[in-house]
Amino acid sequence: MSQTQVPVGTASVSKKASVDSPWRRFIRRFRRQRLGMVALGVVALLLLLMAIGPAISPFDPTEPDYDAVMEVPSAKHWFGTDDFGRDIFSRVLNGTRISLAVGLCSVFGGALIGMFFGLTAGYYGGKYDGLVMRACDVLFAFPGILLAIAIIAILGPGLPNVVIAVAVFSVPIFIRIVRGETLALKNKTYIEAARATGLRDREIIWRHLFPGTISVVLVYLTMRIGSAILIAASLSFLGMGAQPPTPEWGAMLSSGRDYLTTAPHVAMFPGLAILVTCLGFNLLGDALRDALDRKLTD
Amino acid sequence: MSDVLLDVRHLKKYFELRGGLLHRVTGHVKAVDDVSFSVRRGETFGIVGESGCGKSTTGRTLLRLLEPTEGQVVFDGVDLAKLGREEMRQKRREIQMVFQDPYASLNPRMTVADILAEPLRAHGITDRAEVDRRVSQILTACGLSAEQARRYPHEFSGGQRQRVGIARALVLNPKLIVADEPVSALDVSIQSQILNLLQDLQGEFGLTYVFISHDLSVVRHISDRVGVMYLGRMVEVGDAETLYNRPLHPYTQSLLAAVPIPDPTQRRQRVLLQGDVPSPANPPKGCAFAQRCPQATDHCHQVRPELQEIEPDRQVACHLYEVS
Repeated sequence: MSQTQVPVGTASVSKKASVDSPWRRFIRRFRRQRLGMVALGVVALLLLLMAIGPAISPFDPTEPDYDAVMEVPSAKHWFGTDDFGRDIFSRVLNGTRISLAVGLCSVFGGALIGMFFGLTAGYYGGKYDGLVMRACDVLFAFPGILLAIAIIAILGPGLPNVVIAVAVFSVPIFIRIVRGETLALKNKTYIEAARATGLRDREIIWRHLFPGTISVVLVYLTMRIGSAILIAASLSFLGMGAQPPTPEWGAMLSSGRDYLTTAPHVAMFPGLAILVTCLGFNLLGDALRDALDRKLTD
Repeated sequence: MSDVLLDVRHLKKYFELRGGLLHRVTGHVKAVDDVSFSVRRGETFGIVGESGCGKSTTGRTLLRLLEPTEGQVVFDGVDLAKLGREEMRQKRREIQMVFQDPYASLNPRMTVADILAEPLRAHGITDRAEVDRRVSQILTACGLSAEQARRYPHEFSGGQRQRVGIARALVLNPKLIVADEPVSALDVSIQSQILNLLQDLQGEFGLTYVFISHDLSVVRHISDRVGVMYLGRMVEVGDAETLYNRPLHPYTQSLLAAVPIPDPTQRRQRVLLQGDVPSPANPPKGCAFAQRCPQATDHCHQVRPELQEIEPDRQVACHLYEVS
């Protein structure tokens, strides 16, 4: 941006325009990415469907219709019907709310807990840091899905427990990236300056370290949503998440699996929904990363 | 009210060296090794020395940005080294710091207004109108306009950023400012502007400075009294003019002899030093400078000289001037 000096006394409008905030620079760089914009569109559409899906779905997603069992896609049933004659289009639409809610809640929950421990561990260091990191190592030792299954085994099946399970295995990932970022930021002179002016530790963490880590967290958060949805669907597929007749994509995939050769559309459409959702969030995450990458700017 | 604002007594800062399998302490880097000096109200005390001599560590230890290993830092009658965390935090209101690198010392995500308001809020001044008033007041005092408060650090030049850094240090109306190489990251043309600003502000707000620099002429220009450091020790302290005109310690003599004289016709005697600065992890037993000193005796290698007052307001740590 130009270094134009605004003379004292000019209209406040021009003053406002001259402020080149980090936010504006981010928007400018994000908009240059075509794939990112498409992904943003997909995610926005998904969020919209999450809100209005049930209202616009043509059929009741759980009401069986034994006169229309296993119908192929048609003008009436866009995605066909399943083994109970339920409209798959309506079920996929309603499933958006479930899958996204599970994905968003678990990842946001995991990110919040992870950020708390990551920031404090990175800032305070010492024994506390060691303890937190060893706890992460323990969680990292289990493959994600196995850990989630173990948690479900303890808590019992059901969607709320899926959220907890997915959140728990997201936590160590966020702790690690936030701690790493905190360690890098902690040694900046402006953190030392903040200490020298007399800021309390929590103010330094909240006002200086937290905003500094938010960009990496945002990127991982977006990408994790995709995999969280996938894990949640996998758990439901294995019968540990949403219970029938809940229109959850993983559970639908699971029940459609028996008819793959005779009626592939039963499994295909929920599968496609999972694919598009995961892809959308992952590509959005990529684009965010590129737009937020400080190496390209500073 | 005592004449002395800051009295540093036998300050030590050792960094542990760890190594081996069990991460044991294998030694210490004696970054600041028994440093004593006092700073009077309203004066500028300069600390000079080459890089790695511990002058920045001294500055940071004074403010307890680094915890002192030993010694006292008596500020206005209170030993800072003994204060608890919260007491020290409160005390920071009166002692502020200006940092070397104006590019790194300002958070790039905050506007100048936020940067300057932060110290105020941390010390309980939260009323918006009051914060705004003091922010614009201090910006104007530091040669910036109040309108620039809405901008981010990257929109400023190096000199302007350092003005923001100085404004941040001053916004709480402190008594003492520790300035750690405040001009070394700036262009020479900007350096004098910032130095003049510091001097003007000193007159305006009645500040006391501890001015740390490796630049001998800058220190001479701004300081009333100067302390020379070598390998974590204070080797000579005295009034700036006398010290520059008549250096006593052999290290000070050779240091000053290295300052270029802007006159090609003038001949001068140069004191060329042999060897390198010893490692602060393994400093010599006697005088730190003995190995390189042209006048060293056996005694110098064996016994560490104490900083002694040899004439009024003149202290030297050298056996050559020892009064028996």
